[in-house]
This record gives sequence, structure tokens and C-alpha cells, in this order.
Amino acid sequence: MRKFFFSAIYIVAFAIVGIAQHNHDHDHDHSGHDHSHDHAAQHDHAGHDHDQHHDHGHHGPICGVEQDHEFDAGATALHHISDANVYSIGPLMIPLPCILYSKEDGLKTFLSSKFHFETLGHGSGHQAVDKYVLDEGTVRRVTDPNFPKGEVPISGFVHKEIDGKHASFVCYNNNLYPTDAKSTADGGLFGGGLTSFYDFSITKNVTSMLIVCSFLFFLFRSVAKSMQRRVGMAPTGLQNFMEPFVTFIRDEVAVPFLGPKYDRYLPFLLTIFFFILGLNLFGQVPFFGGSNVTGNLAVTAVLAIFAFLITNFSGNADYWKHLFLAPGTPWFVKIILIPVELMGVLIKPVTLMLRLFANITAGHMVILIFVSFIFIFGKNGTYWPGAGLGAIGSTLLTLFMMAIELIVAFVQAFVFTILTASYIGASTEEHHHAEHAEHH
Amino acid sequence: MIFLADFSVIKPDVGLLFWTSLIFLLFWFLMSRFAFGPITEGLKKRESDIQDALDEAKKAKEEMAALNARNEELIKEAQVERAKIMKEAKEVKEQIITEAKVKAKEDANRIVSSARMEIEAQKKAALLDVKNQVGQMALDIAEKVIRKDLSANPQQVGLVNKLVEEIKLN
Repeated sequence: MRKFFFSAIYIVAFAIVGIAQHNHDHDHDHSGHDHSHDHAAQHDHAGHDHDQHHDHGHHGPICGVEQDHEFDAGATALHHISDANVYSIGPLMIPLPCILYSKEDGLKTFLSSKFHFETLGHGSGHQAVDKYVLDEGTVRRVTDPNFPKGEVPISGFVHKEIDGKHASFVCYNNNLYPTDAKSTADGGLFGGGLTSFYDFSITKNVTSMLIVCSFLFFLFRSVAKSMQRRVGMAPTGLQNFMEPFVTFIRDEVAVPFLGPKYDRYLPFLLTIFFFILGLNLFGQVPFFGGSNVTGNLAVTAVLAIFAFLITNFSGNADYWKHLFLAPGTPWFVKIILIPVELMGVLIKPVTLMLRLFANITAGHMVILIFVSFIFIFGKNGTYWPGAGLGAIGSTLLTLFMMAIELIVAFVQAFVFTILTASYIGASTEEHHHAEHAEHH
Repeated sequence: MIFLADFSVIKPDVGLLFWTSLIFLLFWFLMSRFAFGPITEGLKKRESDIQDALDEAKKAKEEMAALNARNEELIKEAQVERAKIMKEAKEVKEQIITEAKVKAKEDANRIVSSARMEIEAQKKAALLDVKNQVGQMALDIAEKVIRKDLSANPQQVGLVNKLVEEIKLN
């Protein structure tokens, strides 16, 4: 009961901070505006006390483009689940190292604070660095050769729909310059692809991974140490708490699927389980980054690739024979069966990748949209009774969703691990054919 | 506020792919080497220790039971032995008693018979002595008779009677 109470307080606090953060956003939009448009100073002044200002949604044009400031819950959610080049603890923005590579300019490394974003804001920079800009926490690159190199002040960002496609621009010197997103490895399948630069930065997700992995390492290292120190003694404390997780993976996942060979694969299975579980749970913590690491396809893809590699590299002769020859079936069945089997080899890791990604992303998005109810019912901060009721409804719904997400965090880590174990188990299984048995 | 309405999480960022691979490999190595390795080894060792301890306890219990059974057997054997010894002792005792009795009887008989023989011998000796004395006495009497002149018959008879009277059968 007490835990639920605290969770409720947590979420209400989250909502309040969310509103505060939202207000900061307006502030920095204005100051960004300030740099180049003197005529907008009056507008800016009005915007500063926007709590009383009904028309606060309109901020005036950036490079002559009137910004649509309607609250969009979907877009907010998408923004918050994205990776970023800043780390946010609550509304506080912490700069992260940027490691950027483009064919034209080579490798550039600097701290993202060089983009001059607000400490309490949404991570939109006021300065371009060597043609790179920080647009809502994410690094983008200006492709226009006329755009100056070095550090130049910029006055804002414009996002437009052009032919149904999303396009981003940066406003510099009262001119709009289109910006490129970083290169992605989807080959244009999901609207990404290779662009003019690669982002090898230590992003929010990388930072989260480093935090979680270090934490897990020290946690299990201390368990291992106390195990070595207390040989022949009953486990206590942390060791006693963590051991059942390890024995669970060993006895419920590794041993049933891998049999006596489980020893070889147990460290991998444990690593993948705790990696996913740790990041799932870390992503659940509000304020502290709220990172969506296991809900990022790049991360789940890497995990799935490792599972795929281990499965196929440990495949024995039986596995490959079954894959390419489908023994014991007539030729016309083989024609169908062999392509299906071969497709299965690739489909297995793809499902691993998508299942984890979809579950975590969906959970994060639903929570974010529930929290957005406060802004929707509160008419974007202008209608306080609506915001209050929204906060109550949102609190209850988010509480429910977070409880579900907590289960999902464990279930998805477990499912990923158990399926990986079953794939490895299938590829290393010693087959004893029924037809052999009949002959003897 | 407007955001980049971009479903960026589905686009696998090259940098993130690189860092995730690197971090995961490093994490895998470090965890296997320094955490999960020792933990699984320790768990295995402890489990085998517990199993050994249980097995040992079971063995000890079995040994204890075997020992107890042996003890009981020993006690039983001892009891049987004791009974046998007792029985034998009894037999020996009885035998000794009967033997003693027989011997005593024999001894008694022998003593009695030797006594009897002695008595007989003594009796014979006594009788012999008596006879000798009677003969002597008869000789003495005859002498005396001869010396007193066997004058008158009545007188002689009276004398003989008187002499016979005088014979003292000792």
C-alpha cells in the first residue's frame, strides 16, 4: 500500500515537473528568438509571463515561419523515447560528449554544451558548431556549403511537413537551412539511411548503458567476492538476494534447453538477461534520464545479432543437416521445407529484436501519452482545473501502466533469454531419429 | 511546443549500434570473467558440498544403523553364549556333584568294607586268641586235674566244673 502511495506521489511530481519543463521550453524558444529578431522583443516580453497569457501558444515567427504550438501528445512521446546527445535528470540537461564524423569535415569531438543549450530546457542549442546543431537534444548537420563553419549563433529551428515528409531547418542570419539527421543502418526501410554524417557520440542511451552495466558489474562482483570470501557458509544479504536470479536462469532457462552443455552458454544467458532487465528497469525510473534503451531498435538488434551468432556458431552437424537437407522428408516437401527452415534462421533473431523493442517502446509511449493528458485536459497549461483533473486521471492510469511495465520489464528480459536458450538448444541438440529407432 | 515527430527509435543509429556492441561485448566478458564465472562456480561447489554433506549424513546414519544392528547381534550372541556357558557350568556342576557323590559313596563303601574286613580280622584274631587261651586254659586245667589225683569221680567232676567256672571269657 505504502509503495503505491509513493508511486502516486512520484507521478504527480512527474506531472508538475513536466509542466515546469514545458514552461521552460517557452522561455528558451523566446530567447532563441531574441538573438535575431529585435522586432519580436515585445512579443518575447509578453511570453515571459505566459501563465496569465492566453495566447501563449504562439511565439512569433522563426525566420518568418509561424510556429504551430499546439500540444501534440504523440510527438511529445516520440521525442521523449528518442536517443539524445544530452542527458536529462528531471528538467536538468547535462551535456554529453559528441563524436561526429562526416566525409567532408572528418572527425569532430566536443562536449554537447558547446551547442549552448539551456541547463533547464529541452536541449535545443543556440549555437552551431562546425555545421552541427542540437535540435531538441539530437545532433543534426547543416548540409548547405554556404553555412559557416566554426561556432555561430543560430536563432531557432523550424520543423515542416514537405510532401508528407518531415523536414527540419535551422534559422541562421534570417535564412532557413535544411538539416540532416544522423546516419542510420535501416537502409531507408524506416525512413532513415546514410546521410552526410555519422554520430558516434556517447548519447543518452550509451550513458544509460554505461551506468547500468557498471552498476550491474559492481553488484555481481560484490556477490562473487562475498561468495569467494564466505566459502562453506550460508549466503547472506546481497548475495542471498541475487543468487536466486542466477539459479533461476540456470535451472529454468539454461538447464532445460541446453542440457548438460549449459555451462558454456550460461554466462551469455545471464549477461543478456541482466543487461535487458537492468536497462528495462532503468528506463522505468522517472526523472533519471527516462532512457528508452531496450526500446531502441539499434540496441535490440545488437542483442539479437549476438543471439544469432551464438546460435549458428554453436550449431552442430545435425543442425545444418536439418537446415539444408531436411532428412526423412520426400523431395517435394523438401522444396517447401528447406526455404522455410532457412527463413526461420533469420526470422528468429528478427522476432527477438522486434518483440523487445516493441514492448518497451509501447510501454514508454503509453506512459508518456497518459502523462500528456495533463497538458491535453489542461489546454497546454492555460486551464488549471482541467490540468488538475488530468493529473488525477493521469496519475491513476500511469500508476497502472507502470505496474504493467514493471512486469513487462521482467517478462521481456526472461522471454528474450529463454528464446535465445531455446534457439541455442535447438542448434546444439543431438538428434535421435525415430526412423533410426525403428530400424533397430 | 512542437517536436520532431520522428519515430527515431526504429532507425538503428550507426553510432548506437557500435557502442551497444562494444559495451555488450565488454559487459559480457567482464561479467563472465569476474562475476558470473565465480558465482556459478561457487553455486555449483556449494550445491555439491551440500549434496556431499547430505550423502555423508545418510552414510553416517546407515553406518550407525549397521553398527547398532551389529551391537544388537553381539548382545544377542553374548546372551546366547552366556546361556550356553551357564548351561555348561550347570552341567559341569551337576557332573561334579554326581561324581563326588559316587566317589563319596565308593569311598564310604570302601571304608565300610575295609572296616568290616578289619573287624573280621580283629574278630578272627580275637577268636584265635580266645581259642589259644581256651586251649591254654584247657591245658592248665588238665594239668591241675592231673596234679590233684583224679581220685573220686564226683570230686573230679566238681573240680572240672569249678575250673570251667573259673575260665573267664575275656
